[in-house]
Amino acid sequence: MAVISKPSARTAAGFDWPAALQDAGVTALIAAALGVFVIGFRTYDVSGLGLQFDYQLLDVLVACVAIFLGRLALIAASSGWVVLTTIIGAVLVAAALLLKLPSAFLTVIIGFVGAALMLRAGWAGLRRSDAGGAALAGASITIGHATQRLFPWLGPALLAFAVTLPFLPFADQTVMDLAILILTYVMLGWGLNIVVGLAGLLDLGYVAFYAVGAYAYAILATHHGWSYWVCLPVAGILAAMFGVLLGFPVLRLRGDYLAIVTLGFGEIVRIVLENWVDLTEGPNGINNIPGPTVLGHIFSSTAPEGKTTFHEWLGIEFSANHRLIFLYFIVLALALVTNLVTLRLRRLPIGRAWEALREDEVACKALGINPTNTKLTAFAIGAMFAGFAGTFFAAKQTAVSPQSFVFIESAIILAIVVLGGMGSQLGVVLASVLLIGLPEWFRELGQYRMLAFGLAMVLIMVFKPRGLVAHRDPTLRLHPAGAGKPP
Amino acid sequence: MDDFLQQLSHSSELAKFIQLLINAVTLGAIYGLIAIGYTMVYGIIGMINFAHGDIFMVGSFIALICFMLCIMLGIGWAPLAILLVLLIAMAFTAVYGWSVERLAYRPLRGSFRLAPLISAIGVSIVLQNVVQLSQGARSKPHEALIQGKMLLYEADGFAVNVSYIQIMVVIVTVALMAGFTLLIARTPLGRQQRACEQDMKMAALLGVDVDRTISLTFVMGAALAAVAGMMFLMYYGVTDFFVGFLAGIKAFTAAVLGGIGSLPGAMLGGLLIGLVEAYWAGYFSSEYKEVAAFSVLVLVLIFRPTGLLGKPEIEKV
Repeated sequence: MAVISKPSARTAAGFDWPAALQDAGVTALIAAALGVFVIGFRTYDVSGLGLQFDYQLLDVLVACVAIFLGRLALIAASSGWVVLTTIIGAVLVAAALLLKLPSAFLTVIIGFVGAALMLRAGWAGLRRSDAGGAALAGASITIGHATQRLFPWLGPALLAFAVTLPFLPFADQTVMDLAILILTYVMLGWGLNIVVGLAGLLDLGYVAFYAVGAYAYAILATHHGWSYWVCLPVAGILAAMFGVLLGFPVLRLRGDYLAIVTLGFGEIVRIVLENWVDLTEGPNGINNIPGPTVLGHIFSSTAPEGKTTFHEWLGIEFSANHRLIFLYFIVLALALVTNLVTLRLRRLPIGRAWEALREDEVACKALGINPTNTKLTAFAIGAMFAGFAGTFFAAKQTAVSPQSFVFIESAIILAIVVLGGMGSQLGVVLASVLLIGLPEWFRELGQYRMLAFGLAMVLIMVFKPRGLVAHRDPTLRLHPAGAGKPP
Repeated sequence: MDDFLQQLSHSSELAKFIQLLINAVTLGAIYGLIAIGYTMVYGIIGMINFAHGDIFMVGSFIALICFMLCIMLGIGWAPLAILLVLLIAMAFTAVYGWSVERLAYRPLRGSFRLAPLISAIGVSIVLQNVVQLSQGARSKPHEALIQGKMLLYEADGFAVNVSYIQIMVVIVTVALMAGFTLLIARTPLGRQQRACEQDMKMAALLGVDVDRTISLTFVMGAALAAVAGMMFLMYYGVTDFFVGFLAGIKAFTAAVLGGIGSLPGAMLGGLLIGLVEAYWAGYFSSEYKEVAAFSVLVLVLIFRPTGLLGKPEIEKV
């Protein structure tokens, strides 16, 4: 009880107006300095006239006023002046709704900030009053218990949903396309999770292995006519070999050096793909890649010479959806294999060695674990799953080009892993749905998508460094569960 | 090697060699200025400031807009305009450096090891997208205030030129480096910085304001990056929201090559990277010139992770 009533001990009496105003003023000034050139003047190219600019100084001014008020409200909230915070929040919301602000972006942001401030005020007010504090603590305990109880069911429930999705009534072509896209990223996220989450190696060039898998399938299928099912393991092994090749020299490096070197490797792979025209057809990429087949039966309305199509083979009506559903189940299976392998590996000595290495490399060396070899296996296995995902990507898109394998793609996969909570399998699913699914849904906000990614990465690191799903069962318990609990 | 020397003895080949050398030095000066930002931050808090390349990009945009404002306000005399733009770009880019440190890195001190790097990648994405959203994705042409070049000599129809911008780049870089070295070696601020670099906890115990020192390190790094951004803009006559990525990686390579944490090392590394890039593009293929820079990075890290002038790092338990 003593812990819960603690916030009310803070007195609300003294609110240091001069200091608060000064703080808010400085914040607004800094924001003005940040925005005045880069945002205040919008340059554009006029043919013949050279570079011209528009003025957006009014936008910057409005934003600075909003920042001044917002900062003031935050200071007020943290020193107990909840009423002031509420008023400022209400003013911002009213301004967003009633005034004609210079841009839609500002309107939305100011509106949301105002609403958030009012919530903040409500939260602080509730915590400050004794009854409210007790109620909040009780509620959070109840919610905590409920999630604890529901948590083990969440995975199977999601799995059941994923398996039945293609047969649900709303699953048309767009839904299936989106589902396939999300699952591809789930798989990549799970693959990278082995490297980043379990072994603690920051890999900024993960997309290179994805590219190796995709191009391996594209080249083998178009030049040599290999089937998807033959290429799948071959491409995986190839990607793993690339992982070993890269990993062997660089894995003895320190964590952040390793990150930069993997980034460099990723860029090298992309540049080679762009310039090795004989093999990869350069920036145009490889087109007309055949899709996967069922026992040699292709998905098409009419069969080419000497082959039968899937619908003829089964004797059903042709539908373009069959191909998508088939692709969906392939990527679902691939993703589940990735997940299963990860979960099993974590219980093996090698998986424990990864997690131990992540925590303390020097101690591991002292205990006789060879860090380089251990990291190498994580790197190679992660790369192999990226290779699998790459073959799937090539088969789904029927075309690959170097533009699909730029650094930002690696950053997105990393953002998924980081946002989900490094090492958490369920977190990756959640983050993929959030980061890949939401932007597809709100197409018109597409241009702000990467901005939101970047902001999310910073905010997660600052406020919740263990990710959205911080809950993770320890792989190893020293004592049986519940043994050490206080009575 | 003999072939190469024989080729060099042809005077037009020699001319090409010298021209590439001049270009390489210019390029190296720009990389060196960016590399200082990486090396100082790494020296003091041991993180790779992945967003530093994008700070450089922001600097080039601020310089671009300032140049346009200068022309609009009728400040046409080149030295005055350049000095004004230089000062404004340094000041405003420094605010970026300070804010990034304050918002994205300071809260992470004491977090797990890779947290600042991940946060820095986020900052880099944010900066790129803010500039892309506000300024557009197309590259911005810029006509430099200083035009013209000096003919050094001509041989077999191959003229060796030094443009006035190249001379300016080298002079400004040398002047800044001299001033900066003095700042680190002689002023109380420099002393505090070196103290924090050696032992942050001990420095704090002896009354050094560690947070302030780290902030100032970021401010200085960003200001130098702004200078590099302005010179990049004038030298290439173009900038866009993505220039920071490659320039940042090359400058980081320069910092590692010279020995991370060492200021003269950063300049030396910058020069070497400039040389590698210019000669690689001149004699082999310009398509693979980025590969050259990345390969140098990988090779240095594998075979000499302390760089040329760096001190070996001892891992403490």
